[in-house]
Amino acid sequence: MTLKLTSDRAGIAWLGLLALSLVAFPWYKGAPIWQGPAASALSEGMSGHGWLWPLIAIVVALGAATFTRKWQQSNIALWLTLGAMFLYLWQGFAVGLRGPSQAWVGGVFEAAADGQTGLGWGGFLAGAALVGLLSDLIASRGFCRGERFASFCITAIVAALTAFVFFPILKLGLAAFVDTDGNLALGTFWARITAPDLWGLNCLVGGGRCGVVINTVILGVLSATLATLLGLALALLVNRTDFRMKRALRAISILPIITPPFVVGVAIILLFGRTGLVTSGVADLLDVRPGRWVYGLPGILIAQVLAFAPVTFLVLLSTLEAINPTLEEAARTLGAKSMKTFRSVTWPLLRPGLAAAFLLAFIESLADFGNPIVLGGGYEVLSIKIFFAVVGARYDLGNAATLAMILLALTLIAFWLQMRWMGNKSYVTVTGKSDAGLASPLPGVLKIGVFAVVLPWVIFTLAVYIIIVTGGFVTDVGRWDLTPTFQHIVTAFRFEFEDGLQLYGSAWDSMMTTLWVAALAAPLTTLIGILTAWLVARQDFAGRRAFEFGTMLSFAIPGTVVGVSYVAAFNVPPVDITGTAAILIICFVFRNMPVGMRAGLAALAQIDRSMEEASQTMGAGGLTTLRRVVLPLIKPAVFTALVYSFVTAMTAVSAVIFLVSARHNMATAYIMGRVEAGEYALAIAYSAVLMIVMIVCVVVIQGIVGTRKLGRRKELQGKGQVPEPAE
Amino acid sequence: MAETAIEFVDVVKRYGDATAVDRINFSIGKGELVTFLGPSGCGKTTSLRLIAGLELPSEGQVKIAGRDVSRDPASERNVGMVFQSYALFPHMSVLDNVSYGPTIRGVSKADARDQARAILDQVGLGGLEARLPSELSGGQQQRVAVARAIVQQPDVLLFDEPLSNVDAKLRRKVRAEIRDLQQRFGLTAVYVTHDQEEALAVSDRIVVMKMGQIAQIGTPSELYEQPSSAFVADFIGDANLIEGRVAAGTFSAAHLSLPVDAADGAHTATIRPERITLAAGGAAIISSASYLGSRMEYVVQDEDLEFLVSRPISEPRLAAGDAVDLQIDPADLILVQ
Repeated sequence: MTLKLTSDRAGIAWLGLLALSLVAFPWYKGAPIWQGPAASALSEGMSGHGWLWPLIAIVVALGAATFTRKWQQSNIALWLTLGAMFLYLWQGFAVGLRGPSQAWVGGVFEAAADGQTGLGWGGFLAGAALVGLLSDLIASRGFCRGERFASFCITAIVAALTAFVFFPILKLGLAAFVDTDGNLALGTFWARITAPDLWGLNCLVGGGRCGVVINTVILGVLSATLATLLGLALALLVNRTDFRMKRALRAISILPIITPPFVVGVAIILLFGRTGLVTSGVADLLDVRPGRWVYGLPGILIAQVLAFAPVTFLVLLSTLEAINPTLEEAARTLGAKSMKTFRSVTWPLLRPGLAAAFLLAFIESLADFGNPIVLGGGYEVLSIKIFFAVVGARYDLGNAATLAMILLALTLIAFWLQMRWMGNKSYVTVTGKSDAGLASPLPGVLKIGVFAVVLPWVIFTLAVYIIIVTGGFVTDVGRWDLTPTFQHIVTAFRFEFEDGLQLYGSAWDSMMTTLWVAALAAPLTTLIGILTAWLVARQDFAGRRAFEFGTMLSFAIPGTVVGVSYVAAFNVPPVDITGTAAILIICFVFRNMPVGMRAGLAALAQIDRSMEEASQTMGAGGLTTLRRVVLPLIKPAVFTALVYSFVTAMTAVSAVIFLVSARHNMATAYIMGRVEAGEYALAIAYSAVLMIVMIVCVVVIQGIVGTRKLGRRKELQGKGQVPEPAE
Repeated sequence: MAETAIEFVDVVKRYGDATAVDRINFSIGKGELVTFLGPSGCGKTTSLRLIAGLELPSEGQVKIAGRDVSRDPASERNVGMVFQSYALFPHMSVLDNVSYGPTIRGVSKADARDQARAILDQVGLGGLEARLPSELSGGQQQRVAVARAIVQQPDVLLFDEPLSNVDAKLRRKVRAEIRDLQQRFGLTAVYVTHDQEEALAVSDRIVVMKMGQIAQIGTPSELYEQPSSAFVADFIGDANLIEGRVAAGTFSAAHLSLPVDAADGAHTATIRPERITLAAGGAAIISSASYLGSRMEYVVQDEDLEFLVSRPISEPRLAAGDAVDLQIDPADLILVQ
């Protein structure tokens, strides 16, 4: 006989928020939030924007519906809410910036001819409230076994993915089919997609160049394979050997992640370019002409492997850490030699991690923009082509859209192949039963192999970073002028104390923007990523497969494509946010969220579900279980997600390069400008500062998140031993 | 069985096309320990999860303490559950594991810890509060899991095959402990197992399940002595299933001919191996004789029928090849479907 007031209240609260958003907040963008009611949908509706009335009316009807008994379960409430959602979308799309989008709308509403701007605080709040209300209504009908929290998460994530992933892609896809005047042109589309500079195979059959698509694929496969191998070698070295300098190795392997993209390219040029240090050294030694071999595939490949190995390393390390050591011990006790154990137990358990790592690296490579543009020479890849189609002298959104669709298709195919390879095996190894065991050390042969891979990498990385560290603090490292100087730092980051702190350096603007955009984006990204992983892995709800597929799809979209699609979708109402910091944050969140999700899924797949069920039977709801049981157990995944999303937000280029504005410039865009202008030293100096800032931030994140303790005996690390359990 | 603690009314649970639980009805009295017994895939674990709220029924009602909880999620039911894997939180100490539930339900941290300490003392784990689960033996982990499940004084305590991860030698001891705790706290308990011996040992009543349906409900002795079907007879203990015919109040098969109270026609009868006595010299032949320490086990061939016979070791031993006569008390012969 319990009256569930609380659940009723949730619905009323959403409805209240919806009403507030219509009467108390400015509906359109531009109006400051304190203008409140004066610029609300209600007052805009009264001053001519008649197309807002249907929405307001249906919300009033919803309010009336709440007075009926069990209104949340009633069909009326559901239909009214769906209707309100439709009208909400309709009011946004019916009238554009310069007038009605359909003739009849103009006929009905005179004011439509003046157009409307994008949605503001009220508009966005209304959207959020509608989503919340819908989630509440479907939860009352048994969706998610009646769990409101899970229901809201799913509905909200679906709405957000629709708005910020699928809607832009859809708009971009449409743009591929229209000519420069905006008319449907299938002929143009066909000409664009069959262009010979896309599909040529000349480089494989003999001399000449390959098409840009072929180039992209060759680069992606090579780069992802090498990066995964290197990441695996590093992960094995850290997790499965008694190698003494693990901490140092971890630190070095983190370096490339926190390295702004162009600077590695610049360092490689300074080392191996035609006048590079190594090149001229070798040329002098062997008395040959210095070559340009580094420009093109080899250079990009080196830079990419260096850049992606740390990501694959982190993914594979958390997979290795989550493998229950008792499984390996079991194999050993069954008589398997260490190599056999590795092959038959460890390796199969690593497979999801390997697939995730390869997939990540491949997609990163397809989307990579920074390295090809610095090191590409004549080696053209899709991301570069897309960029120049939008930013170059010939603005051609249609062509950019076509190229973007090809890039997207490539990524989707890769993704599909990976899914097939991974299969549907269960990889639960950390169960509620505690595991007291030791990770098996690596077999001797593999150990040698691992060192053989890692050692050259260490040397090479050190060389690159010596350049980066010194380059910013000497006069001209490229011409081997090593006179120490702070001139570059001063140019970028000069500040003085006169009437308080004054920032004069040319880099301060982009630095500050980058920092706070990253600081806002990282926790949001992690939150959404981990939540999504949890929903997909643990909730049974109608449409789970479609939901999973949708998030996977968003995972597959390369940054360059995201960038162009945002340009295509978000510089017109109803969501007119180009040029704001919000678009940067949104872009980061949905671009990086899948990494958090992947990490979360991999971690959750190793954790027995019965622990969450135990929590539920003890009275904990979804949110509490997530916070107190799940999150502590998947801390490595949370850490990975946080670090990755923070650092990517600070170093990303591919999507951002399309979205920065004069007011919200990002560090990477600034550095790219310096590299293009040939100011290598300034670029390097800025990058060095940026890296130091990121190291500090990563350490802070580690401090906040902490590490997981499962009570495994730490013999590999040589720590003190826990007493033998006794009955 | 004064008060009803749990009641299933026409409960159905489907997963897509598969029906895991097919319209079952039963009720469990307060303070009873009832076991769901059956082969894997019979729906016993699903039934347990339906009580816990980890699954919601597709049809029908689940009632706990008289209240219909069919639509309540697990977190809103007052149940305690001991999982097969124990599901202890590996990142929390023993004390935190046990006080987790009370803190969730709004008990202050200090009080929750006091409650947890009291229960841990009761289950004999005093002094191990600060350990992590990984630092305990299997038996100790299991007791933590039980302590965690009973600390909130649940309406019903659920066990999902709790002994499957316990050392075989310890099982007898652990199941006695479980039974003792359940009695001491006067808890209503539901216990899932596929081990008939375990079921017989701990239960007040047993629900034998087969393919999502209830085959029979009864006390251990009822099930053993009065099985209603060949399936139950065969699943609980060893049983001889005899295909025969009834004519004019007499059941006949091979050389057997026993008076029964049944209609004419084909029937299946069961007889327990220890209820058959063997007399030397007869039409049946012993095809194998096994010495099992506490008893002798014979397989006896009588025409096309094979009988399993179990005799105390104190009786004169027979050997394979001996001719014997099978002697059966008509009261021990049970006709089943």
